[in-house]
Parts: sequence; structure tokens; C-alpha cells
Amino acid sequence: MQVASTRLTITLALGLTLAAPAALAQKGQTVKIGWIDPLSGLMAPVGQNQIKSYQFIAEHFNRGNAAGVKFEMVPIDNKLSPQESTNAVKSLIDQGVRYIVQGNGSGAALAIMDAVQKHNERNPGKEVVYINYAAVDPDLTNSKCSYWHFRLDADTSMKMEALTTFMKDQKDIKKVYLINQNYSHGQQVSRFAKEMIAAKRPDVQVVGDDLHPLAQVRDFAPYVAKIKAAGADTVLTGNWGSDLTLLVKAASDAGLNVKFLTYYASVTGTPTALGAAAADRVYMVAYANSNMPGEIGKLADQFKAKFNDDYYTLATYHAFQMLATAMAQAKTTDAAKVAATMEGLKFKSFNGEVEMRKADHQLQQGLYITVWKKADAKNPYSVENTGYNFQTVKYYEPYVASTPTSCQMKRP
Amino acid sequence: MDQTVINVLNGLSSGLLLFMLSSGLTLIFSMMGVLNFAHASFYMIGAYVGFSLTGIVGFWPALVLAPLLVGLLGAGFERTSLRRVHKFGHVPELLITFGLSYVVLEIVQIVWGRTPVTFDPPAFLQGPAFTLVQSGDSGLSLALGAASDALCQAAKCSRFPMTRAFMMLVALLMLLSLWLLLTRTRIGLVIQASLTHPEMVEALGHNVPRVFMLVFGSGCALAGLAGVIGGITFITEPAMAAVVGSIIFVVVVVGGMGSLAGAFVASILIGLLQTLPLTVDASLADAMKLLGAQVGPTTPGWPLLRITLAQAAPILPYLLLVLILIFRPKGLLGTREG
Repeated sequence: MQVASTRLTITLALGLTLAAPAALAQKGQTVKIGWIDPLSGLMAPVGQNQIKSYQFIAEHFNRGNAAGVKFEMVPIDNKLSPQESTNAVKSLIDQGVRYIVQGNGSGAALAIMDAVQKHNERNPGKEVVYINYAAVDPDLTNSKCSYWHFRLDADTSMKMEALTTFMKDQKDIKKVYLINQNYSHGQQVSRFAKEMIAAKRPDVQVVGDDLHPLAQVRDFAPYVAKIKAAGADTVLTGNWGSDLTLLVKAASDAGLNVKFLTYYASVTGTPTALGAAAADRVYMVAYANSNMPGEIGKLADQFKAKFNDDYYTLATYHAFQMLATAMAQAKTTDAAKVAATMEGLKFKSFNGEVEMRKADHQLQQGLYITVWKKADAKNPYSVENTGYNFQTVKYYEPYVASTPTSCQMKRP
Repeated sequence: MDQTVINVLNGLSSGLLLFMLSSGLTLIFSMMGVLNFAHASFYMIGAYVGFSLTGIVGFWPALVLAPLLVGLLGAGFERTSLRRVHKFGHVPELLITFGLSYVVLEIVQIVWGRTPVTFDPPAFLQGPAFTLVQSGDSGLSLALGAASDALCQAAKCSRFPMTRAFMMLVALLMLLSLWLLLTRTRIGLVIQASLTHPEMVEALGHNVPRVFMLVFGSGCALAGLAGVIGGITFITEPAMAAVVGSIIFVVVVVGGMGSLAGAFVASILIGLLQTLPLTVDASLADAMKLLGAQVGPTTPGWPLLRITLAQAAPILPYLLLVLILIFRPKGLLGTREG
């Protein structure tokens, strides 16, 4: 027994030595990325676009990346439910997946974070990393922060910071109406909007603050009537997917002629509902605009040519770029080591260099305020073939939108 | 004031759309004892078929053809499937419609995709039907179509969309013709007689199964008509059946199973109940404060007390359902118990 194991050790050591000249131990390995998001229900169009985006960008990175690894997506439909997400995590781990991405719904995000945290505590050596590409509840990187969670989108506090900084110069905004989805994300948007507007534009009045059920409302006419009755000149909403599409549709039906300050107006379905009627009135705060220059812009054009759909979840690019950079640095695909490398990692992005802040695992990146405008020679992209797109009004460097964290990170 | 009018109109129009759906459901139930779980699916098929036909023959022919086609599908389903399981009792009937709703959902997703389709109303139905103009000095007035910008700059304008006005018009026309059909025509008399005394009607030489098929088909056609109109007004997507599915059962139960008048009253009631409370930002705590009680975050039950009516609005129809089942199981205008 003793002899056998010694021999085994020698063989292994030899194997490793032989492999060493290749320098990158991880080279050629296939990294499975578990994807947990809705593929059914009202938000299915969003999930479908995003899994296509992931697969498309994975193909791009498979043609060449810093670490020399191959990425493979393993999608699971969570029906937007936290419960289903927890099951999906278990199922992915059983399939040998060590990297999980998710973005739609902070409720589901929290459930995944919890499941991953517990799994990693109980199974040392088989750690799983969770990359959150779109769930923006600030709690995820503050009071509830976890070592295994990395967020690529800017959280609500950061987006609101940029949005309210922008509002400082918009003197025609006087009465703001808040309408949001009734779950952690929407509640946080409402909370931060009230706090930051009070701090930066104390003259602005918040004339309404509504929370409606997530992905269930099909008729927003009553809400629109309420917004009108309140005399608002601006509507601020963190709504996404059908909840924003239908709100915009109802608003244009009722002739509600106000500004919209949004988070997710570029998400599937909404641009079509915006159409020409909403031109120059709908603003969006995001980490990109419709006409990104360079490689990412070309990718968006290829995506359009291939799927006749829009590539709007640019965080997918960050996900692979971050993983490939970290894996190349750590010289392994082992999730625990890659996680340690990703802490504080700086990597090249489509808006310059971005940093995964060590304190709370929140990506620090520049933010754009864009407006829905007719496409022109300078900004030619046609979102959902409407002939319109989101054009930059203002760009904020990472430090402007950066917000402090209260995260007390527990490291393993 | 102007917004209150708009709100009531919104409530009435969504109530009338519900009536288009629930009238068919309640007719089918009263006649065949079948609670058709797939009823909302026919609503969805109506919207999608209407969408596809609009691309071929234009909207107005599609508005007529789509319900007819959905009616034929419904009749075909009754003839080939429902009638076969009829002899096994109500549970298999219920289950087969339940199964059908899933089959329809999957087929719709395969044929038209999982994403919403852009089903736009025709030019005639786009834009506002009328504009309510509320000005400080002359009070509330009404302008057909869109009011001029000059007028709206001086006063507060609220538009009521044409699609909703059209929805109300169609529903009212349908109510009228349904009532005439059931009470003033021979076929209506046969249908009414088959409701209560099928054996007697059969003995008189009428083909009762065919009458059933006709009613099932017509009920589905009505749902299809509602689908086309609902599709252009709201959104045409695979979840549209699920969204209205639960609420039309509430309507049918609240109105009284099998009662057409009950379905009408309940539809309007639910339509208003879905709309009006959304605009009220007051909570139980506010009401108690008005009565002079000291209520604050330390009061027991504060998390419940502070919920505003607007937040509680989505559960109100279901709360009504539960209350009706407890206190008046036969429904508002129902005739039979339980």
C-alpha cells in the first residue's frame, strides 16, 4: 500500500513535471459556466437574449483568450424563482460546474449566493464561484456580501449616484414619480432615489412612490393615470423587461408626456415599445451605450447579423474577460484560486480598465447616461430595428459613481 | 377629477374585456358542467391567429376570421376529445381541458416563439379616442380625438386610447347580441332548454350533443374575439393566457357559475377592483389615524397596517373570491348552490 501510493505520487509528480514546460497548466481545459436565469414566463425574452449573448461571447473567447481555456455554457431555467435557483445550483454542482453566472432578479441572486456560500463551507476543495452580471441590489455587496460573489453590473447605489449627478444639471426636472417592482431591487431603487434626490436636488419633489408586483402587471393604465394625477414631469423607474415595456406603452397611449429615467430601457421588448414617440424623453443609466466603439461594437454587429437581436448585456464580455485574465494569472481553473485572483483584479474592458474591488467584489466601471434618439451617421446602430438607439449624453468615470461599502468580507 | 374619470373608464374597459372571456366560460359551464381550464388558451390563440391573419388579410377581416377559426378549433376539440371523455365524468373532462391548456401553450411557443410579437392596432385604432381637458376656469370638457397642443398647454389633458374605447364597444355589442340570441331566437330557446332539461330537448328531436358543440365553439370564438382585442390593447405573448386565466375563474365564481348576468356584473366589479384601488395610497393605519387612534411603528401588526390599498390591490380579486365562497357560495347572481 505504502509502496503503491509512493509510486503513484512519483507518477503524478512526473506527469506534472512533464506538463510544466507547457507553462499554463490550465491551457486547453474546458471551463463549464452554469447559467441560471429565466427561460420561461414574462421575462423569458430577456433570458433568451442573454443566454444567446453568453454563448456568442463564449465562442468569441474560445477563438483565443489569455488563459487558453475553452468556455462552455450550461443553461438552466430558474423561472425567475429563488427556490428554483437553489435547485439549479445543486444540479449544476452535481454536473461538475464550478462557475455560476446569474443576473435577473436580486431575489434569485441572494438565493444563489446563499447556496454557493453553504456549499463552499461544507465542501472545501470543491469551491464554486458565483458571478452576478445584472442583479443590482446594493445589499449583495454590502450587508450580505459574500467572498464567492462577484458583481459585474453597477449596483443601484452607483447607478443612482450617476443618475442624480446628472439630474443636478437638469433644471426642468421638478416633480419626480418613482415606480418600481415590488422586490428587493425595486425597493432599493426607490430608497436610494429618495435619499440621493434629497441630498443632491432638495428642490425636487418626489410626488409618488409606487411598488407593483414583479412580472405580473399587464395593464399599467391605472398607474399612468396616477402619475398624471400627481402632476409629475419625470418618472424614475428601475423596471425591466415586460414591466418597463408595458409601462411605456400605457404611458404613450395615455399621452403621458414626461421624461423617463430608467435603468433597463435597452432590454428586449422595451425599445420597440419606445419607438418614435419616446424619442429624446427616455434616459438610461448603464455601463454602455448602443454604439460602443472597437471590438465590442463589432461583436454587437455580428450578434445582430447572426440572431437579428441586440447584444445589450455587455457584462457577458466582462465575465469571460475577468475569468480568462484571472485564470491566466492563477495558472489554473480551480475556482478557489481563481476567486482569490479575481479579488482586486484589474482588467481591460470596453470602457478602459476596470477593477473588481477587493473590499466587496463590486466591479468599478464608468457609467453612461444615454438618451433614446434617432440613429444618425455618428450613432448608426438601430436597436430592435426601430431606427433609434441610446446615445451618450454624459459619461461618468468610475470614481464618480463609486460608492462606499459596508461589507465585512469573511475570507476563507 | 379628470384622472378619476379616466380610471373608471380604464376599469370598465378591462371589466368588459373580462366579460368577453367569462361569458363563454360561464355558458360552457352552465351547459356542460365543464369548467374549461383551456378557456384562456383560446383567448391566446385568438390573439396569435389574429396577429398572423392581420399580416395576410389585414386587421378588420382578421377580427372576424380569427374568432371564427378559434370557434372551429373549439368545436373540433369538443367533438373529438371532450365528448369522448364525457362519459367518464367531470374529473376527466376537467383534466383534458387542463392538459389542453399546456399543449396550446407549448404549440404557441413553438409556432410563434416565446417572445412577445408586435401586434399593433390598425391606424384607425391608434391614438386617442377622446381627450379630457381639465382647465382651471372652464372645468372639465371633452374633445374627440387628440386635443390640440395649444389647448393642452393651458390645461391638463388626459387621453383615452382608441383601443380601449373599441374594446368597450365590441363587448357591449357582444352582450347585446348574446342576449338577443339567447332570448329571442329559436336556437337560443333550444340552448336554454338544454341547460336545464337535456333529456327532454333530446326527446323533442333536437341533437343535444351538437348544441353542446355549438356552445363550446361559440364560447371559444368569444374568447378568440377577446384575444384579438386584448392582443392589440395589451401584449401578445405566451403568458397572456396564464395572466387572465386565474382572474376569469374569479369572475365566474363571483358572478355565479353559469349565470351570464352574474358574469357581467362580476366582470365589471373585478375590472374596477383591479383598477381603482391602485390609485389609493392610503393604508389601514391612515384610516385609524383619521379616526383619532394613535398608530405608529410600535403598534402591534404595524407591518400589516401600513400596507397601502395600492399595494394590496393585486390580491383584492382573490380575497373577494374567498369571501364569496364563504358567504355566498352560489355567487352574486347564481342560482344553484355549491
